[in-house]
Amino acid sequence: MKLIIAYIKPERLNAVKQELYAREVYKMSVTNALGCGQQKGYAESYRGVISQVTLLKKVRISIAVNDNFVDTTIEGIIAGARTGKIGDGKIFVLPLEQCIRIRTGETGSDAIG
Amino acid sequence: MRTHTTLLVYCSLALLFMIAVARGADDAALNAAIDAVGASPSTQAKENLNAASAAYQAAAAAEPAEEAPGAIAITAAADEVTDVGFKVDNLWIAIAAMLVFMMHLGFAMVESGLCRAKNCVNILFKNTLTPAIGFLTFTALGFGLMYPGDHWLLGKVVGFCGMGAAPQFKDLTAAYGASYTYWTDLFFQGMFAATCATIVSGAVAERIKVNAYLIFTVLYAMIVYPIIGSWGWGGGFLADLGFHDFAGSTFVHSVGGWGALAGVMLLGSRYGKYTPDGEARLIMGHNMPMATIGVFLLWFGWFGFNGGSALSAGPAQLSYVLITTMLAASAGLVGAMLTSSLRDGKADLSITLNGCLAGLVGVTAGADVVTIWSAIIIGLLAGVIVVFAVSFWDKLLLDDPVGALSVHLVCGVFGTLAVGIFPTIPHTSFAFLPQLIGVLAAAALAFPAALLIFFVMKKTMGLRVTHDEELLGLDLAEHSNEAYPDFQSFLTK
Repeated sequence: MKLIIAYIKPERLNAVKQELYAREVYKMSVTNALGCGQQKGYAESYRGVISQVTLLKKVRISIAVNDNFVDTTIEGIIAGARTGKIGDGKIFVLPLEQCIRIRTGETGSDAIG
Repeated sequence: MRTHTTLLVYCSLALLFMIAVARGADDAALNAAIDAVGASPSTQAKENLNAASAAYQAAAAAEPAEEAPGAIAITAAADEVTDVGFKVDNLWIAIAAMLVFMMHLGFAMVESGLCRAKNCVNILFKNTLTPAIGFLTFTALGFGLMYPGDHWLLGKVVGFCGMGAAPQFKDLTAAYGASYTYWTDLFFQGMFAATCATIVSGAVAERIKVNAYLIFTVLYAMIVYPIIGSWGWGGGFLADLGFHDFAGSTFVHSVGGWGALAGVMLLGSRYGKYTPDGEARLIMGHNMPMATIGVFLLWFGWFGFNGGSALSAGPAQLSYVLITTMLAASAGLVGAMLTSSLRDGKADLSITLNGCLAGLVGVTAGADVVTIWSAIIIGLLAGVIVVFAVSFWDKLLLDDPVGALSVHLVCGVFGTLAVGIFPTIPHTSFAFLPQLIGVLAAAALAFPAALLIFFVMKKTMGLRVTHDEELLGLDLAEHSNEAYPDFQSFLTK
């Protein structure tokens, strides 16, 4: 079992969801995040004072998958999120120790579904 | 980032404006005396100033029929020749103008509330600049174009009675020919000019370059709006045909609507608004309370918009206009609410709010002449029409974030035609054909003119912000400001 965490550009979320649905990955959780990598920020000013803001809006998608789904999920995310420009984001794959479905109490691969 | 072209345009427009207004102020003696006081405030200089101004006032008071040079000394003498009736009428028109002014705040709230938070500052900026630009250009040029008096140049289609604000002494009294002074006339009519331009700002929101919008506003409010208005209110050919547009369903709302349509067509839709199959996607407004505040402010201001168009405080007409206005607004709200809930299952707030405005726009052409039942029905129908109009524009892939096309263009046309369709009060009758001619005539100038202005800008400076700027948000891209810096406004759905 793996936990896949992906940081993507917010405007690509819809495209990523569609690509994942096409690969039969339906379950995910989405949160807002601020982040930066190589992408430069933007300049912001207020009443004549200017400052550089480097933290940009990103979206974090967390998906718990069984091992046989890891590659298709990563493919789906990249297909939806890649624009070719700096700032497309990153995907992290973490080992997942346990997963429990609250409603039924199932554990392990069954819980991931 | 600002191109040389826009800078050049700004400078020439500023120069034009300064020349226009300067011609209205050439009282050499008084100015010289004032300058003398400013340079060396000695007792003698002050005495000179007092003597000069007293002489000026005495001259003005002694011969009120004679034209005083340039700028008028606002004297008690003018007020002495007016009676209480004139004072009340004048006061009402002045207050009504202030109510119309408040509508700009209404527009600012509606538009920013129905658009996304990342574009809020940009919309507020446009809506704050619009009344300023509208009023300045109207003073410089528009007033003379809209009310040429006898100075018609081209049949009864284009007339012009001079640039700048240049009244005569008699224009401060009932000798002006109306129940208010020249300044009140300018004040009231100037407020209307900007309302026409601000309609466009909602339809082109979230993707237009702010400079392009400001240049459009200057040209549209200064030239197109007054010329079309002169055809009816200025005594032009539409007035001769018996066309009736009481407070501006055609002259203000449909003219603004045609400008908005031209802008929407040339701009294109917002990124992500339509799927490749032509379905519309949700792009939700970020602040429903602000949108509601805006609609209530517009509703409130409309009492001045229609009430002031009575052009006097005559109790019979004024009280009747207030009633028809209120009834149509209420009926529009109810009509939109019912249509929205029947068609979509649940009543949608933002479209119901649009219904209120639709009812108001619909009754604006005939608020003084339609019967009570007509007012209610016109409002109700406008409320129903606006719900379908919003979907109609989406089917044509014309993206209108706030419903300006549906409320102002569609219901403006409807309201104008309604005067020729629905029953009016006894001893009045209006034919359908003049109303239709008026609608088409306004369209014939407003739409191509707006199309031309936008097209030239599209080819020279570009109309639309870049894709990345649109995603970042116009607040940061055009202003480097944030509307809600303490909040994190995300759109992830």
